[in-house]
Amino acid sequence: MLIKLTGGRVYDPASGIDGQQLDIYVENGRIVAPPSDGRPVDQEYDLRGKVVMSGAIDMHTHIGGGKGNIARTLLPEDHRMDPVARTSVTRSGNGHAMPSSFIAGYRYAEMGYTACFEPAVLPINARQAHMEMGDTPIVDKGGYVMLGSDDFLLRMLTAQKDQKAINDYVAWTLNAAKGIGIKVVNAGGINAFKFNQRKLDLDEKNSHYDVTPRQILQTLAKAVQELGVKHPLHVHGCNLGVPGNVDTTLDTIQGVEGLPMHLTHIQFHSYGTEGDFKFSSGAAQIAEAINKNPNISADVGQILFGQTVTASGDNMRQHANHRFANPNKWVCMDIECDAGCGVVPFKYKDQNFVNALQWAIGLEIFLLVEDPWRIFLTTDHPNGAPFTSYPHLIRLLMDKSFRNDMLATIHPEAQKMTTLASIDREYTLNEIAIMTRAGAARIIGLQDRGALAEGNWADITVYTENADRQTMFSKPDYVFKDGELVVRDGEVVKVTWGTTHIVKPDYDLSIERDLQHYFDRYLTMKLGNFKISDDEITEDGRGSLSVHPLRGVA
Amino acid sequence: MTEITEIPSPFCGIGTDDLSIQIDGTQLTVTGNGCAVNTPAFEQAIGDSLPSINGQTATLEQAVAKAAEILRNTQQPVFGGCASDVNGMRALLALADKTGAVVDNQNFNIARRNLLAMQDSGWMNCTLAEIKNRCDLLLIVGTDVEGFAPRFFERYLWTEHAMFLDKPGDRKVIYLGKAPSGSASTRPDGKQAQVIPCADADLPEVSASLSALVRGHFLQADSVAGIAISELQAIIDKLKTARYGVVLWGAGALAFEHAELTVQSLCSLVKDINLQGNRCSGFPLGGKEGDQTANQVCGWTTGYPARVNYARGFPEYDPFLYDTQTLLNNGEADALLWLQSFNQNSRPPHTQVPSIVLGRAGMQFDQAPAVYIPIGTPGIDHAGHAYRLDNVVAIRLKKLRDAGLPSSADVLSAIEHAL
Repeated sequence: MLIKLTGGRVYDPASGIDGQQLDIYVENGRIVAPPSDGRPVDQEYDLRGKVVMSGAIDMHTHIGGGKGNIARTLLPEDHRMDPVARTSVTRSGNGHAMPSSFIAGYRYAEMGYTACFEPAVLPINARQAHMEMGDTPIVDKGGYVMLGSDDFLLRMLTAQKDQKAINDYVAWTLNAAKGIGIKVVNAGGINAFKFNQRKLDLDEKNSHYDVTPRQILQTLAKAVQELGVKHPLHVHGCNLGVPGNVDTTLDTIQGVEGLPMHLTHIQFHSYGTEGDFKFSSGAAQIAEAINKNPNISADVGQILFGQTVTASGDNMRQHANHRFANPNKWVCMDIECDAGCGVVPFKYKDQNFVNALQWAIGLEIFLLVEDPWRIFLTTDHPNGAPFTSYPHLIRLLMDKSFRNDMLATIHPEAQKMTTLASIDREYTLNEIAIMTRAGAARIIGLQDRGALAEGNWADITVYTENADRQTMFSKPDYVFKDGELVVRDGEVVKVTWGTTHIVKPDYDLSIERDLQHYFDRYLTMKLGNFKISDDEITEDGRGSLSVHPLRGVA
Repeated sequence: MTEITEIPSPFCGIGTDDLSIQIDGTQLTVTGNGCAVNTPAFEQAIGDSLPSINGQTATLEQAVAKAAEILRNTQQPVFGGCASDVNGMRALLALADKTGAVVDNQNFNIARRNLLAMQDSGWMNCTLAEIKNRCDLLLIVGTDVEGFAPRFFERYLWTEHAMFLDKPGDRKVIYLGKAPSGSASTRPDGKQAQVIPCADADLPEVSASLSALVRGHFLQADSVAGIAISELQAIIDKLKTARYGVVLWGAGALAFEHAELTVQSLCSLVKDINLQGNRCSGFPLGGKEGDQTANQVCGWTTGYPARVNYARGFPEYDPFLYDTQTLLNNGEADALLWLQSFNQNSRPPHTQVPSIVLGRAGMQFDQAPAVYIPIGTPGIDHAGHAYRLDNVVAIRLKKLRDAGLPSSADVLSAIEHAL
């Protein structure tokens, strides 16, 4: 079927199109050239007066994996307030902070998102992550596989194995767990917590292994680069949430020595110790460092006020932060000599000084980082706020007077500690499209997504222009996923199943000899049973795998 | 005849995946690494594998059509058992969503003892590999571990190697409450586990005393349930000096009213040890035959563990109201669907309402259900996924034979389509 999207104002930064009025043709799921043979169009959508972008991509959102299910189980009261009934096309479920998987997929699609990436896939828990994402409809998905606190890697580093061996292990893990990138969470810290270390600075040694977080980050960043994995090492830094951690973050940027590195939820890592409350904004320094270092990208992890739940692999920091649990219940787990997790409910309050300043710090970072290709719109769902708050966040970025109105309502001492009121910048539609589409696809390494170029998959979102950007981005007129109309007027009209994006770097098979020995000795599963096979993703007839090319490989 | 190795078991819950099984036609024989739980579960003869309607043999199509007819005319069906693999639970939940059914895992009343504690205050737990490599002190509360999982000690405690223990055979094991039923907990050097006995009914008081002592509270008593306070204090001291202590309980064994409070005491004990500067983890031992699988899949599909009701068009959770037996006793359910793909002997409860049974082939009934559809067992008759009792690890089950038995997912989807 040939579809024509007529006359919309197109924002497609990847193709250098900034608001021009253009027609787009779609056939067999892809964007195609205008038919030269005079073939009739089967269906036309009149998009005059509408804004057209490719489908949005959330490059960091906790939508699949064990800690999410712990968060769901922990908070039945949060679901009870947000039940979602079934319709003739959709399944029922529950929403708010950590929605059930079907509802997550529908709600993402209803906001114009067509792909979501789970940033903390524990290799041992990767099956669960893929199964949950397999039950998340419409959107494409993928995961960053967590390394850095796994004993196998720390043993390799202690034994001073060469970079090639590390690369083989990293590549093997990416294949076995079916990821598209590598994530590090509190490098070595989750492991150190198991040895009863309660904090771990960038240059502090694990009490058992002769290894520092700096070494882990350097080694893994190098592995990612040498393997040609396009997504830079995805780093949740040391000392999350600790006042003064801005210095750690700046050291981390220097420490990676020019290698590509993505710093995630950087808002939580941008805190100084100035002021009466010994808590201040480090946003200016962080933004300056990002502006100066083109190898660095970041997503913000904006907090927004209200009830949510934080779910993280960083059980060391989550354990320390449990005293802020609201409601007062929390879970920490040590997991399989692989990693850990911590789940702590949070209620961010605008009249709480720290929370109010966290809110301002996130916005300062958004507005002070100059290059929209290297800063990404996230709330670290659900940790800073549920993803459903994105339209509100977009308005905060695009509308200075709205932002300042909100600023005037937060804790007065926090207002004094932020430069937000003096920042005039307002994001443009083109910049929003970079941050949530073109830039996201590029940083993840997605081929043929995130742009409206001919030959790309037709993931397309159409909005009605509205000066109230929150309203505009809350309810797209149309969302097409792989060329099929899935959302009309902000409601799902058809349920499809997205693909799972992965990379498959090569490795020397000899790494399995060491792994086999290690698994048999120390782990609780056979090596052969650990590896996830392709058919585990595809056998239900809905799932599929899309393998993306590596850098330097055609 | 062929032999397959490294076979994972969905039966024991502890994720043994090193079984060797000889396959002769449809007959399986465990030839390596079997145990009292797994061997009979794998070797069980298939028995009668024909669908029936009211006791009369029927085709699969007829049985599916009849099941759909029953469900079409119900106001409040209840789906009990819920013993299946991930795909089976997915299909069950899809059918429940469509028919407005209650979904209730067979062992939810046991899991509830943990879930209520978790949902009220949380916990700090670990998984099996952490026990294997770190645990130097295991405190077992009120539970006969080897009765539940015969190979637990062999696989996770008395191992030849542990990454962080020089001599894994030197680990300390303390039983508080029940004494062990066998000698699996005896160290390789012959040293028996320490047993501090008390009656099950005294466990709430004993656990509460431990959680008070760890906080430094003074107890106005010399002994609790016949155990000297000094002996309880010695347990606390050991936990506080262990490198990585683990407190293990089995909710199934805590068969007394409000056992969730005992679980909560133990969880709070573990948290307090951690708050006071030492590492310690809890370990809930429980969940086999698909219990964790049911709770996990229901968790991501509905937001709640596996006792939900779809009657209002969306899932609602109530850990008490939606109990299968309670609903049947009170006449609140008008049809029962029972799903049990692991165990021929786990039969549906007696009831007057029409029953649809998807049971492991060979299941026998005193009273023929309205519809009986024999199904294959995940990990024997078809591939699948099952959760280990520590929840984090899902194991990939293998297909071992082709006996022509459908999977529960296939049958449930067929019923859904026939609606």
